[in-house]
Amino acid sequence: MIGNVLRWLNDPDNWNGTQFTTGIWAQLQTHLLYSVIAVLAALVIGLPLGLAIGHTGRATSLISGLNAVRALPTVGVLVLLVVIIAPHFHGRTSKGYIIPTLIVLILLAVPPILSNTYAGVQNVDPAVRDAAYGMGMTGPQVLWRVELPNSLPLIFSGLRSATLQVIATATIAAYVTLGGLGRFIYDGLAQQDYPQMISGGVLVAALALIADLVLALVQRYTVSRGLTKRFSKSTVGGAVAADLEEAGVEHT
Amino acid sequence: MADVAYLPGLPRMLPALLPADDNSSPWRFPQYFADHFSEVMGWLWAHTWLSVVPVIAGLIIALPIGWLASRHKWAYPPMMTVSGLLYTIPSIALFVLVPPLLGLDPLSPLQVPIALTVYSVALLVRVVADGLGSVSEETLQAATAIGYTPVGRFFTVELPIAVPVITAGLRVAVVANVSIVAVAGTIGMVNLGLLFDQGFKLSTDTPYYPPIVLGLLLCVLLALVLDLLVILLGRMLTPWRKAVRS
Repeated sequence: MIGNVLRWLNDPDNWNGTQFTTGIWAQLQTHLLYSVIAVLAALVIGLPLGLAIGHTGRATSLISGLNAVRALPTVGVLVLLVVIIAPHFHGRTSKGYIIPTLIVLILLAVPPILSNTYAGVQNVDPAVRDAAYGMGMTGPQVLWRVELPNSLPLIFSGLRSATLQVIATATIAAYVTLGGLGRFIYDGLAQQDYPQMISGGVLVAALALIADLVLALVQRYTVSRGLTKRFSKSTVGGAVAADLEEAGVEHT
Repeated sequence: MADVAYLPGLPRMLPALLPADDNSSPWRFPQYFADHFSEVMGWLWAHTWLSVVPVIAGLIIALPIGWLASRHKWAYPPMMTVSGLLYTIPSIALFVLVPPLLGLDPLSPLQVPIALTVYSVALLVRVVADGLGSVSEETLQAATAIGYTPVGRFFTVELPIAVPVITAGLRVAVVANVSIVAVAGTIGMVNLGLLFDQGFKLSTDTPYYPPIVLGLLLCVLLALVLDLLVILLGRMLTPWRKAVRS
């Protein structure tokens, strides 16, 4: 079976597509397009809201309410929205499926980003915040220059889990007749073409791992080294950090 | 009202959401439940089983691994990386990848519980390691000083103290599983996900809501009940927390 899967993945026809089939490259583009739109939209919604709630300490009940939404099965919500929205579009358009899918993807991606941003701002050391105010920073300055950079690690973990959920759910979107890499899984299943089905699984898993890796790299180069304690050994800062680590300071 | 002209779908969508007399109304789900009672109860039972057993199996596997990761500092980073990577793989992909990796049939009834166990282990290893790591050094030394053997200390001191952290992880795992099991319904596995499958297939021309609404309700209820059971179990295992609180 594994040999058949490798053969399927090695076939150029499967990557570029033929007259009758859509290739892996095209489906990958579709998958990425939905995912990027959904994650960006969720960032636009979740990040400012999370920062505002964390900074002002108001409307915190919104956060616990959002967590309750996580008990909803995604497939069910997807099918429900498709069934509600799709019949209102006629003719040769897939808008009736794309719109509900995007709604579900955005709904999925907002809670982790929002609650992690909120938690990140909440978890900023009060002494650091007080010091910033004591230096004469205004509220917005504290938010942008102190709270936001300090909460980046948690914001990134929220963004990464949101991205993974979006990629996973965009796969299921193929079940409601949409494109994307999930197409190979559901088509393979329907045609009992198991190498195609399993290759679809390999591609989706690879996409998720690569997306997470890319975000991990972005995180590495955007989060302040003062937070991650990653200093190169050759610099003075590195020596100090190593001393602190030996003294067990990083546990405080 | 002139603006409504720009939303051609809206006037037709609203009546679809309101109670109607026809059989496809969302509020007809009790009727659907009654008509397909034994079938749906079978799916509910399968769903419950698939949500609970992998978490228990995952906990049993995660305990020794988590213990190792909390005990030996060098083991912690690689184990967290591996469990993080496993948790990264989307559920539907893991479902189809499990059989070829283990040499099973492409559509084996075992693929879903195995995949869910993998997820539970990936989630719980970190939780167990962090929970055991949260036991204070003074407590450990005190336990050793009054004569606990390493094994006795683990089961009667460290594990009970780690219960609240582990319970928090179990709650996440169980609730996530209820949602993931439904995904397996789309590849034909028997569980409540089949209600969504049926709803989707019966909605070719006009929406047929009852099975979809019923599926959503039962899934949320199941998640809430299992979540509550884990909370109660955690309370039963940590009676001293209640004593301190009151």
